[in-house]
Amino acid sequence: MTSTVPPQTGTETRTPAPKIRRSRSDRWTIAVMLGLPAAIVMGLVWIPTVFTVILSFARWDGIGGTSTIEWIGTQNYVDAVQAYPPFQQALHNNVLWLAFLFVFPTILGIFLAVLLDRGLKGSRLYQSIFYIPVVLSMALVGFVWQLIYSTDGGVLNTILGTDVDWLGNPDVNIWAVMVAASWRHTGYIMLLYLAGLKAIDPSVREAALMDGAGPVRTFFRIVFPLMKPTNLLIIVITVIEALRAFDLVWVINKGRNGLELISALVTANVVGEAGRVGFGSALATIMLVISLVFIALYLWIVMRSDD
Amino acid sequence: MTMTTPLADHSAPVHRNGPRNKAAVANRRRLSTAHAAMYLLLTALALLWIFPLLWALYNSFRDYDYVLTHGYLSVGGFTLSNYTESWEVGGIPHYFLNSMLITIPAVLLILFIGSMAAFVLARFPWKFNVIMLAVFIAGNLLPQQTLLTPLFRLYNAIPLPYWMSSSGSLYDSYWGLILVHVAFQTGFCVFVLSNYMKTVPPELLEAATVDGAGLFRQYWQVVLPLCRPALAALATLMITWIYNDFFWALALMVSGDKLPVTTALQNLQGSFFTDTNLLAAGSVLVALPTVLVFVALQRHFVSGLTMGANK
Repeated sequence: MTSTVPPQTGTETRTPAPKIRRSRSDRWTIAVMLGLPAAIVMGLVWIPTVFTVILSFARWDGIGGTSTIEWIGTQNYVDAVQAYPPFQQALHNNVLWLAFLFVFPTILGIFLAVLLDRGLKGSRLYQSIFYIPVVLSMALVGFVWQLIYSTDGGVLNTILGTDVDWLGNPDVNIWAVMVAASWRHTGYIMLLYLAGLKAIDPSVREAALMDGAGPVRTFFRIVFPLMKPTNLLIIVITVIEALRAFDLVWVINKGRNGLELISALVTANVVGEAGRVGFGSALATIMLVISLVFIALYLWIVMRSDD
Repeated sequence: MTMTTPLADHSAPVHRNGPRNKAAVANRRRLSTAHAAMYLLLTALALLWIFPLLWALYNSFRDYDYVLTHGYLSVGGFTLSNYTESWEVGGIPHYFLNSMLITIPAVLLILFIGSMAAFVLARFPWKFNVIMLAVFIAGNLLPQQTLLTPLFRLYNAIPLPYWMSSSGSLYDSYWGLILVHVAFQTGFCVFVLSNYMKTVPPELLEAATVDGAGLFRQYWQVVLPLCRPALAALATLMITWIYNDFFWALALMVSGDKLPVTTALQNLQGSFFTDTNLLAAGSVLVALPTVLVFVALQRHFVSGLTMGANK
C-alpha cells in the first residue's frame, strides 16, 4: 500500500512484532478485538450467504415455517435456465452491461486520467467535474437522468425532435440506462487511473520522451504495461460493478420490460409478490459463483505483495 | 503536479546544439497546438458531463405548468415552490433525519470495530491472517442479493423490544439497517486500515509495551491517533456510501416513514408522478449532503477511494 504514506517516516522493512509473552488479559483483548468484527461479518454476511446456497435447492414460499420447505434438488437451476425467459434476458443484459462499461467509461476514464495527469492548468476543476457523479447514489442518478430521457419534455427528445420512449421502450431502454450508469462509472475509473499514474516514477517517462518516443507511444509501450496492477484492478472492479448493478434499473421500472438484471430478478422473487424464495436463491447463487471468481482475482491482486 | 509539466522544458537543456534547438522550437509549437486541442476536448467533455446536474438544478427552480406550456428548453417560470413543496409536502426533513439516524451510528461503529480488527491483523502477523482478511474483504464485494433471503428471515426472527423498534423485530428497524451496513462495510475498513497500520514502526509499540501499556491502550492511544488521515478518508467514503444506500432500506424496511432519504425519494416520485420539476428539486435536496461532503472533504474522498485500490 504505497499510497498511504506512513505517518512517521518509518522504516520500510516490516520487522516482526516483538516476541513478548502476552498476558492473559492481552489474549482476551485480541480475541475480542478481532472476534467481534469477525462475528458480525460472519453472522450477517457469510452465514446468510451459505444459507442462500442451501435454499437454492428448495421450493419454498418463504411464508410458512421451515417445515414447509420442500427439497427439490437442482430443479430451480434447471427451471432458471429452461423455463424462465427473464433469466435469459437478464444474463444477456448483464453481459451487455459489462461490455458497455468496458468499452465506454473505462476507455474514456483512462483517457481522461492520462490527459489530466499532464498537469494542465485547472486540472483540479476538470477532475472534480468528472467525478462528482461518483458521490451521487445510483438511485439518484436514475432520477436525474429521467429528466433527460422523459418522453414529454425530456431534453433528448426535444433536441432530437423525436418522441422515443427512452426508458419505456424495451428495445432502447437498456442502452439509455447504460449511458447513465457510465456517466457515474467514468469518474471512478479516472480516479483509480490517476492514482496509478501518480505512482509511476516520472523518470521512466522522461527517459522515454528523451529517446524520442511521442506521448502516445510512451503511453502504450511504457506507461500502460507498468500500470498492470491498476489495469487488472479496473477489470475486476468493472466486472463486480456490472454484476452488482441494481438501483438504476429498479428505480426506473423495477427491472422489468427490457431492464432485466440478475440482481433485480433475485430481489423481485424474494421481496416481491412472487415469494419464490428457493428460485430466487438459485438465481442469487448463480450471481455468487460468478462474483466469487472475480473476488478471488481481486484478492489475489491486492494481497499478492503481502507475502 | 510537476512531474509531467511541459515536455519541452525537459528536452530543452539536453539538446544544446543548433539544429536540435530548432527541432525543439517546432516541437514546442506542435505541443501548444496539442495543448489547445486538449483543453477544447476537456472543456467540451466537462460541459457534457456536468449538464445532467445543471439541468436538474435549472428545472428544479421552474414552475411545472410554465414548462408545460412553453417547453423545457424555454427560459422563465422561475419559482421556489418546488423546494418548499418537496420540503413540506414531500417530508424531506423527516427523511433526512432518518438517514442521519442510520448513517452516523453506522459510520462510527464501522470505524471502531474495523480499526480494532485491523490492529490485531496488522500487529500480529499470523498465518491465518490472510484468511481473515479475505473473509473481510470478500464480504464487502459480494452482491447484496446473495444474502438477502436468509437475512430477511433472520431479521424477522430476531425480536427487539418495542421501545427499540416499533416492528418488534430487527426487520423494519434502524438497528437492522445499521447492522447490515456495519457488516458489509467493515471489510473495506479492515483492509485499508490494516495496510495503513503496518506502516506504523513496531518500535513505537515496543516502547509502549515496555511502558506497561496493554494491547487495547496501544491500539487506542498509539496506533489510532496515527491513523487519523486514513480514518478521515474512510469516514468520508462511508458517509457517502451509507447515505446513498438504496437497496438495504428497500429490502429490510417496510414502513414508508422510516425510510432514509435516498429510498424515500422513490415515494416522492410515485406520489408526484407527473411533476418532473418537483422530482428535480427533491433530487437536488437529496444530492446536496454528499455533494457538500465531497466539496469540503474532496482530498479525503479521493484518497479514500484509491487507498484500498492501488499498490
